[in-house]
Amino acid sequence: MTYTPVEIPLDDETKKEFQRGFNADGTKAARVKKRLTSRTATIVSLIIAVIWIIPTFGLFISSFRPEELIKTTGWWTIFQNPGFTLDNYKEVLFSSSSSSPQLGAYFVNSLAITIPVVVFATVLAAMAAYALAWIPFKGAGWIFIVIFALQIVPLQMALIPLLQMFTTWILPIQRFVHDIIPIIPEQSYVQVWIAHTIFGLPLAIFLLHNFISEIPGELIEAARVDGANHGQIFLRIILPLSVPILASFAIFQFLWVWNDLLVALVFSGGTPDVAPLTQRLAELTGNRGQEWQRLTAAAFISLIVPLIVFFSLQRYFVRGLLAGSTKG
Amino acid sequence: MRLTRQRRLLIPMAAAAVVGLALTGCTGDEAAGNKADTDCAPYESYGSFDSGTEVSVYGTISDTEADLLNESWKDFETCTGIDVKYEPSKEFETQINVRAQGGNPPDIAIFPQPGLFAAQVDGGYIKKPSQAVVDNATKFWSEDWQKYGTVNDEIWGAPLMASVKGYVWYSPATFEENGWEVPTTLDELATLTADIQKSGAVDKPWCVGFASGDATGWPGTDWVEDFVLREQGPDVYDQWVTNEVKFTDPKIQGAFDSVGDYIRNPDYVNGGLGGVDSIATTEFGDAGLPILDGTCALHHQATFYEGFWPEGTTVAEDGDVWAFLLPGTEAGASAVTGGGEIVGKYRDADEVDALQTYLSTDTWANNRVKLGGVISANNGLDPENASSELLKTAVATLQDPNTTFRFDASDLMPGAVGAGSFWKGMVDWIGGKSTADTTTFIQDSWPQ
Amino acid sequence: MTTADLIGKILQLVGGVAIFAAVVGLILFFIDKAPKRGRDVLQLIAFLAPAVILLGIGLVYPAIRTGIAAFANKSGEFIGLDNFVWMFTQPEALITLRNTIIWVILVPTISTVIGLAYANFIDRSRGEKIYKSLIFMPFAISFVGAGIIWKFVYEYRPEGRDQIGLLNQIMVWLGQEPVLWLQTAPMNTILLIIVMIWVQTGFAVVVLSASIKGIPAEQLEAAELDGTNGWQRFTNVVLPGIRGALVVVVTTISIATLKVFDIVRTMTGGNFETSVVANEMYTQAFRALEPGRGSALALILFVLVLPIVVYNVRVLRKQKEIR
Repeated sequence: MTYTPVEIPLDDETKKEFQRGFNADGTKAARVKKRLTSRTATIVSLIIAVIWIIPTFGLFISSFRPEELIKTTGWWTIFQNPGFTLDNYKEVLFSSSSSSPQLGAYFVNSLAITIPVVVFATVLAAMAAYALAWIPFKGAGWIFIVIFALQIVPLQMALIPLLQMFTTWILPIQRFVHDIIPIIPEQSYVQVWIAHTIFGLPLAIFLLHNFISEIPGELIEAARVDGANHGQIFLRIILPLSVPILASFAIFQFLWVWNDLLVALVFSGGTPDVAPLTQRLAELTGNRGQEWQRLTAAAFISLIVPLIVFFSLQRYFVRGLLAGSTKG
Repeated sequence: MRLTRQRRLLIPMAAAAVVGLALTGCTGDEAAGNKADTDCAPYESYGSFDSGTEVSVYGTISDTEADLLNESWKDFETCTGIDVKYEPSKEFETQINVRAQGGNPPDIAIFPQPGLFAAQVDGGYIKKPSQAVVDNATKFWSEDWQKYGTVNDEIWGAPLMASVKGYVWYSPATFEENGWEVPTTLDELATLTADIQKSGAVDKPWCVGFASGDATGWPGTDWVEDFVLREQGPDVYDQWVTNEVKFTDPKIQGAFDSVGDYIRNPDYVNGGLGGVDSIATTEFGDAGLPILDGTCALHHQATFYEGFWPEGTTVAEDGDVWAFLLPGTEAGASAVTGGGEIVGKYRDADEVDALQTYLSTDTWANNRVKLGGVISANNGLDPENASSELLKTAVATLQDPNTTFRFDASDLMPGAVGAGSFWKGMVDWIGGKSTADTTTFIQDSWPQ
Repeated sequence: MTTADLIGKILQLVGGVAIFAAVVGLILFFIDKAPKRGRDVLQLIAFLAPAVILLGIGLVYPAIRTGIAAFANKSGEFIGLDNFVWMFTQPEALITLRNTIIWVILVPTISTVIGLAYANFIDRSRGEKIYKSLIFMPFAISFVGAGIIWKFVYEYRPEGRDQIGLLNQIMVWLGQEPVLWLQTAPMNTILLIIVMIWVQTGFAVVVLSASIKGIPAEQLEAAELDGTNGWQRFTNVVLPGIRGALVVVVTTISIATLKVFDIVRTMTGGNFETSVVANEMYTQAFRALEPGRGSALALILFVLVLPIVVYNVRVLRKQKEIR
């Protein structure tokens, strides 16, 4: 996600404020920082961090232990009961089953489902949030409230009606595309994309609206006076200023879609053409859930990509671009 | 600034792509069978189809068992040209309903519960099978079994595989050492349990585990079902399934209490695992393992438990572990509960009929059983094809005309009970709730 | 997967995103060129319509169907309030409702408080990114995965044998007897809630930390020059500065908590007095195949979320007034 630098007429005061915001890591901030990070604070945050990581750490150690040891001794006795194996990972990564032979295919599917959904949901939600916050019209408040309340609709309840609609309207189109371009399978990603986008929208609009509506009105007024239309304001002001919240939401959406099993099960048709990693990992735990040592390895394999995404998007929200303009 | 930003984003993405591609390379496509090398004689009657003809199959059978299932129709695919796409799902029970209602069902589904199958027939989703399937169903299956594919007096599908429940696992060596004998009646079982407890040779006579994720409690329902069938006979069992005999009926409560005499008795459970209260959270898969280290003597579980013993355990009459059928009230009375699958079709097409017919034949049953791990109640099955001693005895039991077979009752009851309150009731009951309260709770949840 | 399959998949991915970008781009381009008359309305439609249409077919319609189904039986006949009567005459109905309320009170409050403290403490400290990643990691694990991890922590082995669950090992180290944690009501509900807190705190930290960074450094510095201590600066400067983000965090976590059922399903299956409304809803609608009862429970969830909606409406009104 790249953004064009802000090119809007601003009065000097606002500009200065922006500058200060951008320099938050500069000298002034450094001085403040010194005082803020007291020793107690460091210790408390260290304790929280350790408590938070212990369960995952235990699982991590366990994922390298043989099944027998996992079931008979605690992971913290690893030194008394040494045992190291990569079998759990081997089974998850390479155990080939002719019904679903290729973990790689599922991996690609997960990416191909998740990336477009993140883009679709974020962009559509940003547009809707902008309209609700900055295009004045009757009923804006009510529409926002309804959208907000839609978050509570359990998506299990929405699966059947949506599938009926897709079978009637989207499936013929998918078949048509498949006939023209045979390389695209009949069971393409379209259904999963649309379903995930819909289920992501209410929270997305709610989150983005709260931040977009806090953008100082003067900025938008100034642009309007200059003759900018909503399209330009959205692209030139709103999007660049919302990068931190857009990045945050993109991460959340990525995680939900990446970890989802239910929506994928219903709309992917379950074939290796479309089904994501989670489905394969769920099967790997055995018919009766008895192979749960594999889960330890599976959990870490599915964790890798979300963490990469988190690290690579993290720097987009380390610095608040709205600094200096929030009403205090 | 912009350049570095993009580059920084590129690196992790490239890394992810490389990992993905590496995984892709790990496995290839399966080699297609060669028609010339395959004996196609048994498959001639199914005709031959254009390449690219697909039949999708949906079921609960997953992982290595799914591989064997695919293997079982490989020759069929090679000879007929039909491409069978099998999709396993642990969420089958919920998903089949969503997909059928959503208008996007598979071509064929393998139902582990006759109740669910019947609901799909009633909903108008399942298509009428071809005459060949109906003929096979009547030819190869006993009347008990045909019933499970029959809805409103018509056969809508044929059974597939089977498992026999009601086995009691034990260690022949421990039995011999202590001079214990395999019981032939329920009374003898009670005496044996008391003897074991008194001898102090093991921690506790029985080990039991009810935990099974969101299906926790089902091992308990198996206990009750076995005792209802044995104590009250098949007629009461059938009436119980349809709720003509209520859960609160003294006959059913009696079965609960008989079970309770074993697994709610702190002197008898939970060998090597704790007290009575540990039953509800002990994984059913781990529950029998204390037999191996000699802290428990008896464990009640189906044939499939054979696959749960750690590698290197010999399952044989003179091996590390072996199992006897839970005896009846009288010696020699053979009544067993068990499970199995019913195959239903959702699309009318020649290739779908061909596969459904093939699955209902003795050819398929023998092909699949030969591959190991499972059995079928198909009469045409040669018991010698079963992969283990235990499975051979199970096939013999199933094929014995004197055996009364009854399907797992909870799989036949409405979902609200069979996959809900009955499970939950068993968990509460093992936690100390009285039989009267538990049976009232389950009875009240029966859909009106 | 053959190379052809892979190309097909990449083609879909790139094609899908490209078509989407083209459509959105065209919309944004043309609405600015629209005739002056009615431009505002056109612009409004262009911005809002895609989301509203998708939501309409994907959520509003199913929500209405659910509302109707709550008053019908299995075969779709109208049965009045029977489903609700059934719901409240369940022996454990009140326990389930009580648990849900405990969940929705404890999870948002504790996650937000810990998240806020943590975000404030690590702000601009050394290793902030690592700190943030550590607490964020649980959020990247699915609910089912989280359930499994914690089941492992609460695992029980009888006294005298090696414990494999950390919590019981600690009990043993302290000279206590191991406890069947997940079976011991009401403790078990609290233990399940801890799992949800563990997951959601990462969310709170990420949002609140971003928001804290939005507070201008000079405001903090000014406060400092006034001779205030850390706590005063926190309550006088930081808190007011992030009020909006706090509302968002509490609201989002509350709704997520009301909806979550995977943790309960994975860890106790709703047994031992730990069930919550969402779990009962799932069980009835998808296990028991009683869509009417499931829908009725879904409506209860909706009623429970109403106070949160009302609160947000008030916040929104106030915000509008300020502007």
